[in-house]
Amino acid sequence: MAETVFAPWDDADEKPLIRFRNVTKRFGEFVAIDDLTLDIYEREFFALLGPSGCGKTTMMRMLAGFEDPTEGAIELAGQNIAGVPANKRAVNMMFQSYALFPHLSIWDNIAFGLRRESSDKAAIAARVEEMLKLTRLEKFARRKPHQISGGQRQRVALARSLAKAPKLLLLDEPLGALDAKLREATQFELMDIQEKTGTTFVIVTHDQEEAMTVASRVAVMDEGRVMQVATPTDIYEAPNSAYVADFIGDVTLIAGTAKARSAPEDTAPVQEAEAQTIPEPTRAPQPNALGIWLHDKVLAPVIGARKDIVRQLPPPTVQDMPKPETPPGGVEITWAEGQPALIALDGDQTFDGHAVKLALRPEKVTISKDKPQAVNALQGKVIDIAYLGNLSTYHVELADGTMIKAQTANTRRVARRDITWEDPVWVSWSGTAGVVLNT
Amino acid sequence: MRRAALIAVPYAWLLALFLIPFAVVFKISLSDIALAIPPYTPTAKDGIWNILSQLDFENFVFLTEDDLYWKAYLSSLQIAAISTVLTLLIGYPMAYAMARAPEAWRPTLLMLVILPFWTSFLIRVYAWVGILSNEGFLNQFLLWLGVIDSPLTILNTPTAVYIGIVYTYLPFMILPIYSALDRLDGSLIEAAEDLGCSRLKAFWLITIPLSKNGIIAGSFLVFIPALGEFVIPSLLGGSGTLMIGKVLFEEFFSNRDWPVASAVAVILLLILVIPLVLFQRNQQRQTEAGA
Repeated sequence: MAETVFAPWDDADEKPLIRFRNVTKRFGEFVAIDDLTLDIYEREFFALLGPSGCGKTTMMRMLAGFEDPTEGAIELAGQNIAGVPANKRAVNMMFQSYALFPHLSIWDNIAFGLRRESSDKAAIAARVEEMLKLTRLEKFARRKPHQISGGQRQRVALARSLAKAPKLLLLDEPLGALDAKLREATQFELMDIQEKTGTTFVIVTHDQEEAMTVASRVAVMDEGRVMQVATPTDIYEAPNSAYVADFIGDVTLIAGTAKARSAPEDTAPVQEAEAQTIPEPTRAPQPNALGIWLHDKVLAPVIGARKDIVRQLPPPTVQDMPKPETPPGGVEITWAEGQPALIALDGDQTFDGHAVKLALRPEKVTISKDKPQAVNALQGKVIDIAYLGNLSTYHVELADGTMIKAQTANTRRVARRDITWEDPVWVSWSGTAGVVLNT
Repeated sequence: MRRAALIAVPYAWLLALFLIPFAVVFKISLSDIALAIPPYTPTAKDGIWNILSQLDFENFVFLTEDDLYWKAYLSSLQIAAISTVLTLLIGYPMAYAMARAPEAWRPTLLMLVILPFWTSFLIRVYAWVGILSNEGFLNQFLLWLGVIDSPLTILNTPTAVYIGIVYTYLPFMILPIYSALDRLDGSLIEAAEDLGCSRLKAFWLITIPLSKNGIIAGSFLVFIPALGEFVIPSLLGGSGTLMIGKVLFEEFFSNRDWPVASAVAVILLLILVIPLVLFQRNQQRQTEAGA
């Protein structure tokens, strides 16, 4: 299984397709890109994510050839591309505004790039037809851009930029102009096309959900610097800074002072936990007489004879059992007078004595009316409930005024919800739920 | 009811200020010259029946007999066409530079293009007499530079007429082209370059086609008035330049032959109807494309 995972960034022998080497870009006094070093690999779907003005568009324009770096070098397939004009680069770009030529038909728009480098009419026509098919636009080939819908225009822009089979495709906020439903569908279409063509995609977006959905790796940028480059899972689950944690998704940040906890001993209590007696699995419902008769008479010729086995429910998982004592290791964070220290088992012990922030994702925080059996449990009052349809986010205020967000899936109807405004509640999370970050 | 009243206003305006005067001119063109005031017969005093029975097309026949008129029409068409091309060649780069100028400068540049309209057209054309004459500023300047030894004769030649027309109608060319280029999305040029065009090729394949409507509108706005131009050829062109506007003026004021002058005017109008209809159609298509 491990071989099929696409992760060239973990492979030391893999040569990156694009290398930013200490690239700085200044516009007058303004530093748009600040000493940036970054590798992007072939066949990657790489997302540049950040708020507007963070330099992500400048990076893209430098790749496309519309801007040159002030300092440093950008290598494409091992060659420095500074000074190579945009029309001589094996890089194509899909513009945010799509930049479709309004006086040309869809067909001619897609053929535009091909006509610049070849005069073989048959080959151009074949390639255009292929692109039209890939983006399901065959029916619209003869129309002008203003005669088709926004989603179709987006696909024309994609087809046009892919037509020349570039080594690298740049997508500048490709889905920004589409409505939410269409955007979601198009994200999957983009991923599908990227896989089919095997082109390296670099996408610029300010929409973190979009970046997380489509990208193999995400670079979170702020003020011309890359804060973190990692897979979407790592960015979300293991952000390396409070900025990244806060930028990606919803988070509660609790500031405090870290203190190393005693390291796990060799007589690991984990083994004890495993040695615990697991209760006999209870028996699962068995087929009744009618079911047996039906199987033997009707189904047996089709799916074979009935196997006379005693079905059993799987053994209860460890979480269902009474909570074992808090394992040692990690750090504990003292954060407020009269409140218990918060335990983070994954916390880096070198933070000992430093000011840190504990980042908690709302969906990893449980809310309950009774005191739960959890490593971290705090008491508070429900101030606000954000109802999102499938989820509800509870804003719980602790005694000292700290707000903690807890999220639960709305498996019940709202009317039967047992927690409401002003209710005294407990918020709790496991020892591994929080991420300890340097401030 | 209200709507009808609203629409009636422009129609009444057209009727009063265009159709009725045209009908009067057309009627005069069908009349005969007379030593009277007004200098033609029949007049309104003669009663409707007399007027209708005395009208004929002999003035139009006369226009075909004397080759002066044909030559004047053809020469006017030629001068108007060449001036339009010259205006386009000078106006397009100016409009392009304006559209590419920093945002903050554009209102000022636009203002500078419109500024000459604040001075009387007649005075501005007279000013060119002072510039282009043998002792004028241009010759003095060229002599001072040492480019020429003796003054060039520019005034009272077709060259002076072209200079005058291009100068006068340049804003009418620049403004529509500027407005087309101003609307042009810069990312289209970048997209063309990204797809393998050189700067020049991108200009030819994207910028020119997308400013086509501005070019067409500007060309008509220059060609149509230039065709009937009278002031510029008579002030700058001297006796050598034959233009229909000047012929018309002479028939009317020097010969006092109102019927022939009217016939010349009616033919000129018919010639102008063709480009006017084309212009109208272009404008209409432009609005449709914009919507």
